[in-house]
Amino acid sequence: MMIAINFNNTINFMSLKIPALILSGILVIASLGLMATKGMNWGLDFTGGTVIEVGYQRDADLSAVRSVLADAGFPDAVVQYFGSSREVLIRIGPRDDIEQVTLGEQVLRLLGDADGTVDMRRIEYVGPSVGAELKEQGGLATLAALICILIYVAFRFEWRFALGAVAALAHDVIITLGLFSLLGLEFDLTVLAAVLAVIGYSLNDTIVVCDRIREGFRRIRESAPIDVVNESLTGTMSRTIITSLTTILVLLVLFFKGGELIHGFATALLFGVVIGTYSSVYIASSMSLLLGISREDLMPPPVEKEGENTEPLL
Amino acid sequence: MLNHNPAWRYLVVILVLLVGTLYALPNLYPEDPAIQVSATRGGEVQQDSLVLLQQRFAEDQIALKDITLQDGQLLARFFNTEDQLRARDLVSRTLGNNYVTALNMAPTTPAWLMAIGASPMNLGLDLRGGVHFLMAIDMQAAIDKQLDDLAQIFRTDLREARIRFGNIQSDTDSGTVLVQLRNADDLAAARRLISQDRDLDVSNGPVEFSLQVRMSDAKIAEIRDYALQQNITIIRNRVNEIGVAEPLVQRQGERIIVQLPGVQDTARAKEILGATATLEFRLVDDSVDLNDALAGRVPPSAQLYYDRDGRPVVLQRRIMLTGDRITGASSSFDEYGRPQVNISLDAQGGNMFSQATRDAIGRGMATVFIEYKPTDQIGPDGDPVLEKIEEVINVATIQARLGRSFRITGINNPGEAHNLALQLRAGALLAPIQIIEERTIGPSLGQENIELGQTAIMLGLAAVLVFMVLYYKAFGLVANAALVANLVLIVGIMSMIPGATLTLPGMAGIVLTVGMAVDANVLIFERIREELRDGRSVQQAIHHGYDRALSTIADANVTTLIAALILFGVGTGPIKGFAVTLMIGIITSMFTAIVGTRVLVNMIWGGRRLQKLPI
Repeated sequence: MMIAINFNNTINFMSLKIPALILSGILVIASLGLMATKGMNWGLDFTGGTVIEVGYQRDADLSAVRSVLADAGFPDAVVQYFGSSREVLIRIGPRDDIEQVTLGEQVLRLLGDADGTVDMRRIEYVGPSVGAELKEQGGLATLAALICILIYVAFRFEWRFALGAVAALAHDVIITLGLFSLLGLEFDLTVLAAVLAVIGYSLNDTIVVCDRIREGFRRIRESAPIDVVNESLTGTMSRTIITSLTTILVLLVLFFKGGELIHGFATALLFGVVIGTYSSVYIASSMSLLLGISREDLMPPPVEKEGENTEPLL
Repeated sequence: MLNHNPAWRYLVVILVLLVGTLYALPNLYPEDPAIQVSATRGGEVQQDSLVLLQQRFAEDQIALKDITLQDGQLLARFFNTEDQLRARDLVSRTLGNNYVTALNMAPTTPAWLMAIGASPMNLGLDLRGGVHFLMAIDMQAAIDKQLDDLAQIFRTDLREARIRFGNIQSDTDSGTVLVQLRNADDLAAARRLISQDRDLDVSNGPVEFSLQVRMSDAKIAEIRDYALQQNITIIRNRVNEIGVAEPLVQRQGERIIVQLPGVQDTARAKEILGATATLEFRLVDDSVDLNDALAGRVPPSAQLYYDRDGRPVVLQRRIMLTGDRITGASSSFDEYGRPQVNISLDAQGGNMFSQATRDAIGRGMATVFIEYKPTDQIGPDGDPVLEKIEEVINVATIQARLGRSFRITGINNPGEAHNLALQLRAGALLAPIQIIEERTIGPSLGQENIELGQTAIMLGLAAVLVFMVLYYKAFGLVANAALVANLVLIVGIMSMIPGATLTLPGMAGIVLTVGMAVDANVLIFERIREELRDGRSVQQAIHHGYDRALSTIADANVTTLIAALILFGVGTGPIKGFAVTLMIGIITSMFTAIVGTRVLVNMIWGGRRLQKLPI
């Protein structure tokens, strides 16, 4: 059986570059707007507070749990199922009037009094100062990653590619964050890790494409830049599709089989891989094209002949 | 043209795979439920305890798989967790309070693998259950306390130098001590005196004839460092008391990470960690008859204490010195090679001690360790009731008038000296600590996470393997061999690096690596296909395919590595675990996908004149 994706004819990807850039622009602005107005649903890692996960022998009665907690002075506790109807997640925001550190045990005792079969699965407490710090560190990490990559790509390729690559990465990060804001998905440390992994993945894609474009410019002499880019993109298309497919395959496994704690991580990566594949074609390549990449920028630096610039000895 | 493998390539691939497989092997052996017994206060479990326990286990019909004594610790393995739990209760009852019994899962790595240093991977707390604490030290309190001390020292020193002064006040907001003097002469004299201490910056104060004294940055850094070290020491001691098999106490910047695998009772752990301890030096009261005291007839000026072996001793109520005057304590050996503890005090403590010991030469001086420990009772506020425990940890005879530094000799063994020094240092916390982050994972969730992770890795791997064979046929099989080798290498390297810990996000990282690792092979194979389409011969296509794809693969992976490195730098706990597996995965996948597959491809197709490739 031979299943091969052959692209014998060059596809004119760049004919869509203006509509694609407009679409991306709209998505980025919409995402930024969403983040500014609706905000992110920050997880415990960033807000501080307490999360308690408990397991019951049979289906749990959420309203009973809520009323137990409300009676004990936690009317603001958020109670929800976690993964299955036997697992319950309780979130209590940071508060000044109670000893946060012992809150987890206190809640556990209350629930244990109400139902003896309750089983502690997880308690997490994050102090408010730690949360703020993590938020700052997370932002800085993302920024640092982008800058390091900018420098590396500029050094290995060309500044136009570097700008294109970083624009593509920022595009991916912002739209992924926008999706999380739109759907109100919880953004915690594992999701941040996923976002950084998206940067890594999307970049992988972008580098492969840039590499091919560079090669294309060096190989094909008599062509307009746009044709070179189109041909290079066509050349890498089968690879792009296959790698994305295998990655999406394992991410789907993670999404469905990885459990509740990995869910946000898998969601961010799944979306990020799709958007990253798109951006390596339509942001990274078309940006460098718009910035005026040409054959001369990519030729290997001429090797100086030995003794060329030295004065003859005699 | 034919593609042959140079000998070095075979050698490298075989060697790497062999080492990787060997070190990955220990993960296949199941763990035994075990208990680990250690003695408190740095003591060692003796052979007779082992014999005693063997007898008791036999009497209670607890089947023992193995029992060993190593490095003063006893490890007993059992066939099931039921026996393990029964054994723990039995050991606690049999050996009593001076031993700590911890539940443990002991690896069953065979001796020949242990001989090459192979051991299973460390599992993170999210996989095996336990508590993680992040603790912050109240550095401001330490610095404020030092300022108050400084003000006290100035008062004593100026008085001794007969320099008249008005008010001496420490101002914690600005971090200065203000010294008010009477006239210009006193001001100059005071400035000379105070400036002798190089750790202090002296300048003119805001009002006439006043000095403003500030601690130098180096001094402040030193205080912070000392507070941190002191807290780490104390926490290490206390963690040992909780009875955890493999606790971790680690500094992270100015914070302390404590990880207690397997601990479920967080309330108790927290109380033990947060217990406050103080030290007092008191004179032994020889005027009271010990029998009278035991009968309850203790004069109001004295008090009955017990040492750790339960021997009674009567001490004066008057306190010579409290532990917060101690600035350092270390154990060493005296001129006859006997263990001793060297203690240094702050200036004020030195003066006080000098006064107190002047008329007490030849008398006994006791060191009392006072600690507040939680009990099993719960008080009305929901917190465990604290119990004050006072214990005489040492009685020494005062040989001379003692000053700012002195030593305690006549200690039985170096271990005890070391512990006494630790306890002396732990006696007065320079800065209180506070838990700022806590994560507790129950054992059921931990086990579930392991199973989830394993299923995800297996399914992910299977999906990719099937896809690759369908798409690349025989070459797909080659890529699959590389993928499986890659997985073995990741596990092997994770087991080899002592600090690497497998976490749930780490497992997700492995799954992701499986998906992305084929990328290198996809790049190479697509190149080969392209070269074939361009009309090159089979052997040339293989050769060019590998060569051309190499720089692309390297560039793409280095950039991903940058992202992973940054993640490692800022991440904590589970996130670090993800970054580690991602980094290892990138490196191993480059090796297996480029070098590994090339060996196979050259071996199978490289030596023959072919018209077509099964790609």
